[in-house]
Amino acid sequence: MSHNNDQPDLRRRDFIGKTVLAAGAASIAPGVMLTVANAGSDAGVSSKVRWGMLIDANKCADGCSACVAACNQENGIDLIERPAGQSDAMWDAQRPQWIHKVKLKDNLTGEITNLPMMCQHCEHPPCVDVCPTGASFKRADGLVMVDRHTCIGCRYCMMACPYKARSFIHQDVAAQRTGTPRGKGCVESCNLCVQRLDAGDQTTACQDACNREGYQAILFGDLKNPDSEIARALKAHNSRQIRADLELNTGVRYSNI
Amino acid sequence: MGSLTGFRRFARMGLGGALLLLATGVVGDSAVTEGSKAAGLETCVAPTAEIRRNHMDYLKHDRDATVRKGIRDTRFSLAECVQCHAEKDSAGAYKPVNAEGQFCESCHSYVAVNLTCFQCHSKTPGSAGDKAAMRDDKRNGRQALGLLQSIDPLTLRRDELARLHATIEGN
Ligand code: SF4
Ligand code: SF4
Repeated sequence: MSHNNDQPDLRRRDFIGKTVLAAGAASIAPGVMLTVANAGSDAGVSSKVRWGMLIDANKCADGCSACVAACNQENGIDLIERPAGQSDAMWDAQRPQWIHKVKLKDNLTGEITNLPMMCQHCEHPPCVDVCPTGASFKRADGLVMVDRHTCIGCRYCMMACPYKARSFIHQDVAAQRTGTPRGKGCVESCNLCVQRLDAGDQTTACQDACNREGYQAILFGDLKNPDSEIARALKAHNSRQIRADLELNTGVRYSNI
Repeated sequence: MGSLTGFRRFARMGLGGALLLLATGVVGDSAVTEGSKAAGLETCVAPTAEIRRNHMDYLKHDRDATVRKGIRDTRFSLAECVQCHAEKDSAGAYKPVNAEGQFCESCHSYVAVNLTCFQCHSKTPGSAGDKAAMRDDKRNGRQALGLLQSIDPLTLRRDELARLHATIEGN
């Protein structure tokens, strides 16, 4: 019988004990590469990093929604099908939306300001405070996310969020992207493209889309690294948190509003 | 054992074979779906019996590490189950792993256990244009790198390498 039988192979364990697994590939002869599946690291994300965004409202263009479209595609929101017979109004009110394009008008001067609004990745997130199951949580690197395995769909977090950043999935979902699982009965919101960050990328889909359109209104990066582009921009220019009075210390900041 | 006649020994072997078939729950050499990537591999990420018995616990443990701590190079990953066990149809499109007769569904329906993972998780590997899937591949490449430092790998026999899930690339 071959070795992939129905019993744990003790020789294998013994053998692993005698060896050291480390990152890298062993080149054992020219053109020959030995690779071994590793058992996984246990370090995880670090609180030395805090991901954040700086959005320049002056650069955000009227009528453009490239960031919203890119977000919908990256996170499989565009795969959600409208339930049969649902009215336009209901569909627009209930379909998940991680980025809202907001238009502000100053009634005195008539000045128009455009900006994208998404989860602000609060340092002290009210959604996490109210969650009865611990499903809403803040990762060490500052991302506020929902663990769908434990979310019971009570929607307390939606009520608690001052930015209306969260969406509820009302119906069965037929197709998902591998990096963004999604199903009926859970709440979700922007996670700053966590699947990209964990794969080592350092941009979000919305930022890439905005740059592609030539507006460069979104700057994403590590707030805690003083040399990062975003930290330098925050230091050099005036910016603000929306509803700073709530003292949530948001990770998403805006300039020129 | 020495007292067994040839016929009895033969009967025992037959019985053992029948039990093995029962244990796999599928008639045939292997429970793995023909035409999937897994069908071409020697073993799963752990011995088959261990995976069969414990995959739910392994996946549950590692999902918490992934979701909460961002650890993506876990040994067990549902996305990789799907990547490896999905079969393509004649048009070259992936069949969902929870469709009737497919890898996950066939066993789960045999043992009458609800398969709820795919209410939320993708049932097919990411398509070629899927950036997330491409990143998964990139990551797998990184994950596959390990190093046996204390021994000379050239002294290992092929079956010892296989037991370590090591593969020799090139010649
Ligand atoms: S913006 Fe809303 S969803 Fe995001 S962390 Fe703050 S309270 Fe939570
Ligand atoms: S809907 Fe889910 S994430 Fe939001 S508060 Fe309830 S359990 Fe927590």
